[in-house]
Parts: sequence; C-alpha cells; structure tokens
Amino acid sequence: MSYLPYALAVWIFAVGLYGVVRSRNLVHLVVCLSVAQSSTYVLLLSIGYVNRGTAPIFADVPKGTRAVDPVVQALTLTDVVVSVTVAALLLALAIQAQRHADTTDPDELSEMHG
Amino acid sequence: MSRGVRSGLFLVSAAGLTALLLWAVADLPDFGHYRGPYGKVLNSVAVGERHTTNVVAAVVFDYRGVDTMGEEFILFASVMGVALLLRNPHRERRQVPVRIQSDAVRLAGIGFAAGLLVLGLYVVAHGYLTPGGGFQGGVVLASAFVLVYLAGDYHAYRSMSPTPAIDVLGATGAGGYTVVGIVSLLLGSAFLHNFGPLGTTGKLASGGSIPFLNVASALEVSAAFVLLFSEFLDELVVRPKARSE
Amino acid sequence: MVLVPLVVAIPLVAAAALTAMGQFLGRRVDDLTGIAAAVATTVVSTMLLLRSLDHDLVYWFGGWRPRHGIALGIAFDVEPLSAGIAALAGALMTASFVFAWRYFDEVGTLFHVLMLVFLAAMNGFALSGDLFNMFVFFELMSVCAFALVGYAIEQRAPLQGAINFAVTNTVGALLLLFGIALVYGRTGALNLAQIGRALDGRPPDGLLVVAFALLLTGFLVKAGAVPFHFWLSDAYAAAPIPVCVVLSGVMSDLGLHAVARIYWPSFSGVFAADAGSLRAILVGSGVLTALVGGTMAFFQRDLKRLLAFVTIGHVGIFLAGIGLLTARALAGTTLYVLADGFVKGGLFLAVGILLRRARDGDELRLRGQGGVAPMAGVAFLLGGLGLAGLPPFGTFPGSALIIRSAGDVGYGWLPPLLAAASILTAGTVLRAGARIFLGLGDTDDPSLSHEPPAAEEEPAHVPGRVSPPLLFGPALALMVVGLGLAFTPGLAGRATQWAQRFEDRPAHTAELLRGVAPRPAGTPAFHPGAAPYVYGAISTVGAVGFAFFGLYRRRLPALLRRVPGRLTAGPAAQLKALHSGVVGDYVAWLTFGAAALGGLLALTVR
Repeated sequence: MSYLPYALAVWIFAVGLYGVVRSRNLVHLVVCLSVAQSSTYVLLLSIGYVNRGTAPIFADVPKGTRAVDPVVQALTLTDVVVSVTVAALLLALAIQAQRHADTTDPDELSEMHG
Repeated sequence: MSRGVRSGLFLVSAAGLTALLLWAVADLPDFGHYRGPYGKVLNSVAVGERHTTNVVAAVVFDYRGVDTMGEEFILFASVMGVALLLRNPHRERRQVPVRIQSDAVRLAGIGFAAGLLVLGLYVVAHGYLTPGGGFQGGVVLASAFVLVYLAGDYHAYRSMSPTPAIDVLGATGAGGYTVVGIVSLLLGSAFLHNFGPLGTTGKLASGGSIPFLNVASALEVSAAFVLLFSEFLDELVVRPKARSE
Repeated sequence: MVLVPLVVAIPLVAAAALTAMGQFLGRRVDDLTGIAAAVATTVVSTMLLLRSLDHDLVYWFGGWRPRHGIALGIAFDVEPLSAGIAALAGALMTASFVFAWRYFDEVGTLFHVLMLVFLAAMNGFALSGDLFNMFVFFELMSVCAFALVGYAIEQRAPLQGAINFAVTNTVGALLLLFGIALVYGRTGALNLAQIGRALDGRPPDGLLVVAFALLLTGFLVKAGAVPFHFWLSDAYAAAPIPVCVVLSGVMSDLGLHAVARIYWPSFSGVFAADAGSLRAILVGSGVLTALVGGTMAFFQRDLKRLLAFVTIGHVGIFLAGIGLLTARALAGTTLYVLADGFVKGGLFLAVGILLRRARDGDELRLRGQGGVAPMAGVAFLLGGLGLAGLPPFGTFPGSALIIRSAGDVGYGWLPPLLAAASILTAGTVLRAGARIFLGLGDTDDPSLSHEPPAAEEEPAHVPGRVSPPLLFGPALALMVVGLGLAFTPGLAGRATQWAQRFEDRPAHTAELLRGVAPRPAGTPAFHPGAAPYVYGAISTVGAVGFAFFGLYRRRLPALLRRVPGRLTAGPAAQLKALHSGVVGDYVAWLTFGAAALGGLLALTVR
C-alpha cells in the first residue's frame, strides 16, 4: 500500500482538472481549481511522511524523537495561502462577470477571439 | 472548439498526463520512508540552533523565512487585487437593511467571538513552541470578526472593521516582516538573520527575532482575511442592476 | 552583497508604506513613491549586474550557509544575465510609472501598490536559486498580474482576459508545484545546485523525466509558448497599457529564463546524454511558437492584441535560442530579451499615446489619424526596425549569437525560420505604423480579426494634453535604450563568457555549496561574421516588404492573389478559431501540451 497516497494525489488532480475544463459556472470552476490544488497538499505531505513519526514539534517529546519532515509542512502552508488568494481573486472576477456580462458561464465570456 | 471536441481533446490528453504522473510517483521512495536530507537535518539541528520547539515555525520564519515574506505579500497583493477588482465606481449604492437577530443568537455570537479572539491570540503567541503560529492564529482571529457578522449584521461587522484602519494593520504586518529583515541588514548581518537573545527553549521569551516575524504575519493574515471578507460583504451595498441595462 | 536583498525589499517596503500612509498623504504621493522605488530598484539591480561580472554573488538569507554541502536556507544567486533581466524589469516599471502619471487616480494607491509588489516578485523570481522559492515568487507575480489585467473591470474584454489568465496560470503553477514535489521527493533538496548534485551518477528515470516536463510546462505557461499561449493574447490585449509594458517586456521572458535557470544547475548533468533530444524538443516548440505568434499577429487589427501576438512570436524565438543549449545561444537570447523588452515596451507605450490622443486602438479606424502624435509614429518605425534586427542596432547582437550558435550545433535550418518569424512580427508592426501614421493601405481588410469596441480605457480625469515629456518621454527613452544597448563595446563576447559561467555546472555547484571561487575565465572574442548581417538585412527588407504586402495585398493582380488566398484561407480560419477565448479550451490545450511534452521526453530520453 505504500503507493496509494501518491496515486490519490494524482487522482485528485485529474478530477479537479476535469471539472475546470467542463465547468459551466465560474464559482464551480473555482471550487474545481481548489480541488486540483489540494492534490499538491496530499502529494507534499505524503512525500515527507515518516512511518510512526510524530509532528516535528519537540515541546512534549524529547529531541531526537522520530518525526516527519517539517519542510513539506512549511511548503504546504504556503501552498494553502496561494490557493486561497487565487480563489478570492477569481471569485471577485466571477461577481463582476455576473454584474457586467450577465453570465457566470465561462463559455459565454469570449469577447475577444481569433 | 465545440464542447464535445474540447472534452475529447481533454480526455485523451488527461489520460496521457495521468499515466505519466502515475509512472512518476511510482519512482518515489515508498510512502512513510522519507529519506531527507533537508528535513532530517533541520529536525536534528533546529531546536538547538533556534531555541524553538516547533520546527515547522523555525522553517517558516527562519530557515525559509524569505518564502514566508513572499507568502505574506501574496496575501497582501490579493487583498489589494480584490479591492481593485470589486470597486464599483459607477454603481448606485443602497441601504443594507438592519438585520436583528434574537438575543440568544447575539449572546452566543459574542461569547464565541470572545473565545475565538482569546484562542487566536494564544495560538499566535505560542506559535513557535506548540502547533500553531502567526498564520493559523491569524485565521482564527479573523474568524472572530466573521462571527460578529453572523450573530449581528453587516452594520455591526462594518463598524468593527473600518477598512482604512485594517489596511494600516495589514500593511504594518507585511511591511513589518520586511523591516525585520532590514534591521538584520542594519545590524551588519544577512537579511532576516536572527537578532535578539535566543532565550530558554520552550519559554515564551525565546527564539530571537522569530516572535517578531510571528506577530507580523499574524497581523497581516488576520487583517487580510478581515479585508477580504469586507470586500465581498460590501457587495451587499451595490445596487443590483436592472436586467434591461 | 548587502544590496542583494534590497531588489526585493525596496519595492515591498514601498508598497506597504504606500498602503499604510498613502491615504493620509497628499495627491501625487503614489506616483512619486512608485517612480522613486522603481528607480532605486533599477539602480540596485544595475549595481548587482556590475558587481557580478567576474563571479556570482551568492546571498544566503538569514545567514544560513550550507553545511557539508546541504543548503539549510534560501539563496539568491546573482549573475549578470539574471541581474540584467532584473534591471530590465526595474527600467520598464519606471517607464510605466512615468507614463501612468495621474492615470490611476480613481483607484487611490491600489495600482501602484500592486505594481511595486509585482516588481519585487519579478526580481525575486529572476535571482532565486531555490526551486520552491521560485514558485513563491512565480505566484506572487501571478496574483499581482491577475488583478492588474482585470483593471478595467466594467468591460467584458478585461474580465475575459483576467479569468483566462488566472485559470490557466494557476493550472500551470499547479503542474510546476507537482514537479517540485517530485524533485523534492527524489532529492530531499530545494536548492538548485544541491538538486543537481543529488541527481549525479544515476541515469534519468520516469520520475525525473516527468518532473522535468512538469517544471517546463509551468514555466512555459507563464512564458506563453504554444500550446500554452492562448491566455496571453487575451490578457495582454485587455490590460492597461502600463501593465502591458511590463507583462510583455519582461514577465514572459522571465518564464523562459527560468527554464535555463533550472536546467543548467539542476538537470544538465542527469540529462547530459539526452541533450540532443531535449534540444530538438525545445527548439521545435520554439519555432512553432514563433510562427504561430507571427501569423496570428498578422491577422490582428486591435493594436494591443497585435502586440500580444508579437510577444508570443518573440517568445518562440527566445525558446528556440535557449533550447539550443549552448553558452553562445543563451548569451544571445539574453541580449535579445533585453533589447526586445525595451523595444516592445516602447511599442506598447506608443499604442498608449494613440489611446490618449486619438482615443482609439484599432489599426483600421486609426488609418491616417496618426497626425495627433507623430512621435508615436517614430516609435513605431524604430520599434518595427528593432524587432526585425536591423544591423547593428537593438536585437542584432543577440540574434547574431543565436545564428552562429545554431550553425555550431548543426541546426543550420533554424536561422531562416527565425528570420521568417521576425519578418512576420516586424512586418506587421510596420504595416500598422504605416497605415496609421502615413495613411497607406486600404481602409478595410476583411481577413483581419474582429473589430475591437471603441476604447474606453481612458479615464475621464486625464486631460487630453498631458505634458509632452511625460507622454512621449518614456516611449522614446525605451526605444533609445533598446536600440542603443547593442553599442556596448564587447558585449557579445562578455555575455558569452557569463553564459559559460552560467552553464559550468561543477564550478557553479562548488561556488554555491562550498564557497569555492571559480577560476577567472578569459573573454572569448566574438566576430559575428557575414551570415548574421545577411540575415539581419533579409529580415529588415523582408519586414518592409511584408508590411506593404499587408497594406496592399488586395491590390495584387488577381492571379497572384486568388490561388494562394484560397490555399491559405482554410488553415488561417482554423488557426484563428483555435484562439476561441474560452478558458475550458485553453485548459484542455494546456493538458494536451503537458502530456505531449512529457510523452516526447519519455520517448526520447534514455
């Protein structure tokens, strides 16, 4: 079973991306994008996991206790912030699309083409 | 491209990409067998070098402190960006109706908000000792404001979060993080190099300049989330447009 | 050394201070702060460029020097090529701020704050020597740029441009991060040099091939290479002019520079045996991008969208240059990027002048209307010639290095294709200039794409007559710098030397991880020889000819017109139809590109 968490990350990524491509609603699209982004949290945290390791916080356990990788946790924290900010910007755009173009369907927003 | 053609192109490509990704992750070390060296080295040296018991905090605020500076400004920029995108200069305003909740809801809201504020401050303050930190605590703090909206109404929320003041707080947080880095420069060491005594490991007064950075990011994160929430909530004020327009 | 963090810290502190205090200070403080911070950052970047001429400046943040070859912290690795691009970013930002004087009063300090953070992000991205730190600055650039592109939010085009930009670039960033995670899982390192060392001694396997393809995809999405380029024409056509200057002049090129920056320290060792196939893939997609961009530019009448496709065309030229994987070509590409960035910036500003004076940005409607701003016409002429690579100005030294390098590695077929691409882009720019400022050509051309709506970009409070130095100064200054850079004595030789240092992986790794200073190398002399002059002359003459073709195509004799017209009409319509403006299509193409890139690498490596 040592392969499963990684495969799970790939799966989450694939379904999220499918939603982005097929979406008929910008809010739904943003959610799908967040789903796809969460695959990277799973991947990063799985990569840094150590069997029977504790959190890399040595407040109550002695120094030298087997612990998981602290770096991927810091990276995931950044990744979460990125995901939130992009979602906020896109939701703001979705509101304005509804207001000024009267639609939230990304397929109907092609003012410029060719 | 019609939606059918698009789906076809996507499904074929995505099948290929998924196969490639599965092929790639098969070559990773087995799950649970992280080999290092980066994280292992940090786990063994960080507590001794930084006198913080939370190694993630040491990574976030010191070893990889520049990442965090970038991250602070990602939040900062997104707040500015949302403000830019949601401005509605040519729109009529309307009066948001006052919404009166029952006394029970208001009492519960105030109680929870106060509790969240204390919890948020605790999580921030102990961020480099126990699980938590400026980011996590900052989000908890911001959620106390959201409770005010839920238990009260738009007007109650808005009177507690005047945008100019919160703007100043957020800018102080993000700018302050950078200024801590510049202070290191002025003291003759590398940008974001630790200054201040390291203190006793496990005590609140420890970690050198990490507590400053921790508080700076807590300020920026809580201000950013409050501002984002305000921006979206202010949409209530914009008069919906007539369909004929 | 103390200067290194300042290229990021100055604009960030200025942005934060402007947010905190701008609301209490008087008018113009935003414009003045923006200009002052951009100038200061440019000066610092230029000083870094000058100080890194002989050896890299390696700056470890927090003072965390590597221990036993293991990097604990994050390093900025400053060498002349990257510092040059950072200086370009600062200079273009300065010009944008000057041009935007009073332009963004309506939004208070927001525009200036976002631009300053954007500048810090570009500098950090150009200099960082840490894979994840590059991702952080990549996203910081993105977040600022998404919002800036959507500035004119009440119109449909900026909405579409910003949404398509944000969605595709976020998916690209996602793939980038997936690749970073894979590399980290294999090497346990994020420092580029340390990754390179950890990968030594084993042949590439599936993980590395796919990880490298994902990193490439992420950066090529940002750069706008085919088939990842669709968002770019939508976004750049919709952004305000001062934003376009920076996006087109430097952000796209940063994506390509990042490819070189990760390939040489991290992957050039493990893929050494496969350099041939990698070269074929990169140069191939570069040529495709160049020709698609140039062709699509020809079909545009909206000047901003036209310049957006010119940008894509030149991204293709640069991708082919970097893809040659030689020091000479890398040096040439960087010089080309620098000159080209100034020229494209100047061209966008010239369009901005037209938008202010004539209140329009449509080539056909503006026919013969250029009299309102003759100086913009001068910029168009210089810009067109600069893009064509007229010897010895502007982009000529860069393209000369690329041409010679292509010959060195047996890619003799490449220079004619690159010349064709610059004929397409430069000829189109000259066509638009001639139509607008000289009143040449037809008043209508049905083969061009849709007519853009009347320009609403102009805020009402900006007086029609801004003082001329503020209006024309930035555009002409950028043109002069862009065309004049080529006259720096010995530039081509020095740049080649810097590129050799950039690509010398063992020496670079030792310098970064162990602090071993590299041996000083002699400066190779570069004599372009005759071929580059011939190509330069051909593309200049060709561009002028192509401009006239664009203007008077419909007056050609029927025999010359009909048959080629019928043959090309179908493919042209299909190519235009691919640029559908629908984000779902773009993400499907992105997925296709990522799978194709990964598949090609998987098939050819080993």
